[in-house]
Amino acid sequence: MLDALSRSTLLRHTLMTVAAGAAVFALTFALSPYRNYQLATMAAYLCATAGLTVLVGLSGQLSLGHGALMAVGAYTYALVATELGDRGTTGPLLLVLPLLAAVVVTAFAGGVVGLAGARLFGPYLAGLTLTLTIVVPAITTTFADQLGGDQGLSVLVEPAPARLGATFPLERWQAWIASLAALVTMFLLANLVASRFGRDMRAVRDDEVAARLAGINVQRTKVVVFTVSAATAGLGGGVLAILTQSVSPGGFSLAFSLFLLMAVVIGGVGHLAGAVWGALLLVALPEITDSLADSIGSSPELAERLDGNLSLAVFGLVLILVTILFPRGIQGVVAAVTRRLRSRVHPAPASEVPPITTSSESIDA
Amino acid sequence: MDRFIFLTVDGLARGAVFAAFALALVLIWRGARLVNFSQGAMAAASTYIAYSVTNATGSYWLGLAAAVLSGLLIGALTERLVMRWVDPAQHLNAVIVALGLVLVIQAVLGIAYGSEYRPMDVPFSRSPLSIGDQALLSPYDIFVFGTVLAVMAGLGYAFTRTDIGLTMRAAAFAPDTARLLGVNVGRMLTLSWALAGAVGGLAALLVVPTELGAHPHATDLVFVYAFTAAVVGGLDSPAGAVVGGLGVGLVLSYVSGYSDNDLSAVVILGLLIGVLLLRPAGLFSRPTARQV
Repeated sequence: MLDALSRSTLLRHTLMTVAAGAAVFALTFALSPYRNYQLATMAAYLCATAGLTVLVGLSGQLSLGHGALMAVGAYTYALVATELGDRGTTGPLLLVLPLLAAVVVTAFAGGVVGLAGARLFGPYLAGLTLTLTIVVPAITTTFADQLGGDQGLSVLVEPAPARLGATFPLERWQAWIASLAALVTMFLLANLVASRFGRDMRAVRDDEVAARLAGINVQRTKVVVFTVSAATAGLGGGVLAILTQSVSPGGFSLAFSLFLLMAVVIGGVGHLAGAVWGALLLVALPEITDSLADSIGSSPELAERLDGNLSLAVFGLVLILVTILFPRGIQGVVAAVTRRLRSRVHPAPASEVPPITTSSESIDA
Repeated sequence: MDRFIFLTVDGLARGAVFAAFALALVLIWRGARLVNFSQGAMAAASTYIAYSVTNATGSYWLGLAAAVLSGLLIGALTERLVMRWVDPAQHLNAVIVALGLVLVIQAVLGIAYGSEYRPMDVPFSRSPLSIGDQALLSPYDIFVFGTVLAVMAGLGYAFTRTDIGLTMRAAAFAPDTARLLGVNVGRMLTLSWALAGAVGGLAALLVVPTELGAHPHATDLVFVYAFTAAVVGGLDSPAGAVVGGLGVGLVLSYVSGYSDNDLSAVVILGLLIGVLLLRPAGLFSRPTARQV
């Protein structure tokens, strides 16, 4: 059984996904509605950070504009849901079809950016994606009739199905939807990373010329990764639209895009587990620092100035310190600690050659 | 036609500031091979210092000097205290640390000064002078042009004629060889950052008073446009930064003059994609040889 597990990546990923799903499902019953809402938000972020960590860490393309891609997903969800609602669609279709549309439209947008970006390196791609973030508010105000300008749009979301009972909290329902989306994303990405295409990606990242000599189509690989990464961002944006029940350009600012990238790097870039740490951080850190600000801020004026700013300062400091002290991020520290613990429990014989494993951990490293 | 001339001149005046800011980015890119994403926030800090000095003394010129000096200091400190410790093998990390600096600087400014806009005065009139019926530059625009030109001429002279400038170029282009020849490469890098900080602070002080005033986020858009300008021109080329900056200024001016101001960001994105599709490393990039 264990042998089969170590050989079949698909089986292992399926089991892990099912186990994680069961754990989250159980967790949602233990959490208060507010915590469930935070869990749902974290899951929505996770869709985007997982795609971003694959893009940045494994294909070597830097994107500063994933928040803008999430905005594409969120707006698509809002528009399609409204359209379907007008035509009388109800039930699960009103949830699934807009999400699918969000994924497809964002993947298309990402494909276009990826096509332009595939020839660019480092800062030039960063410049291109950075501009995406200032285009979002420009487009929403230009097409204010359809997209609602600065006010944005409200999103048509049905309450939790009546079957679940009248007192069933909406937040738990939202947590289920968001977690399911995040689990599907993680499962698909984990398999993609472990596949032949995942190896192509890393080859392109490490040396484009060598990859080309080995018969890899470098341009196509880059464009496909960007498209996949955009699709997950679109899904994350769609889920976020379900949670907040409104979309506006203010929610997808330049700072938000940068936060996504920072979360990925602090978590440990290139590791899907690092994306989980990053998403957790994005939800937890503002809350921790805001409560900190409340305890410090004595006068109302000082409290107003500290509000928000203190969390930004702490986030920035954490970011700088983590990047300098632990360049491989949280997941790098976790991996180092577990490796040390493991070698203490099972000291490896000195003569043993390190095995060439196919486990995803060693490939990611 | 009158309108076209007016928009052109106005665009060039705005572009001059972007050009100076882009030049600051190029300075650091050439020295350290990284895009300084904290340039905008550093410049915002300089404008606040200028604001405080001008308020305390009543003199615009002391504020201007304070902006330049504080820019020098902030740039040097950023390199010495933060950037030097970043692992150079991981290219992404320098970007992330710079973004972290942006958060810290903007948050500190927000806590110190609050989040309302602080209007700033300019020393010259901003109403355009006319030749005949044709509205042209305002005295302030001429001041901006003159300042930016002086900065560029100064930098050009320093980098081509003076020992220190040539040493800086040597340290940037061939750090190992320069080190063997006795150049203190680390100190030259600090100097690059200090210069970039000063140029960025000066550029921000020129543009911020013409908009809403000092604000922690006042330079965000300036940074994005300047970065676009530097990328369009090619990050390695100072001339490219100037041409890119003027180009971006012209495009912004025409778009807001002839159609909708909201569209300018979209047009900038189009310009960026267009240029990069034709020249992936910017307009002024040279072909590079590489060993396979």
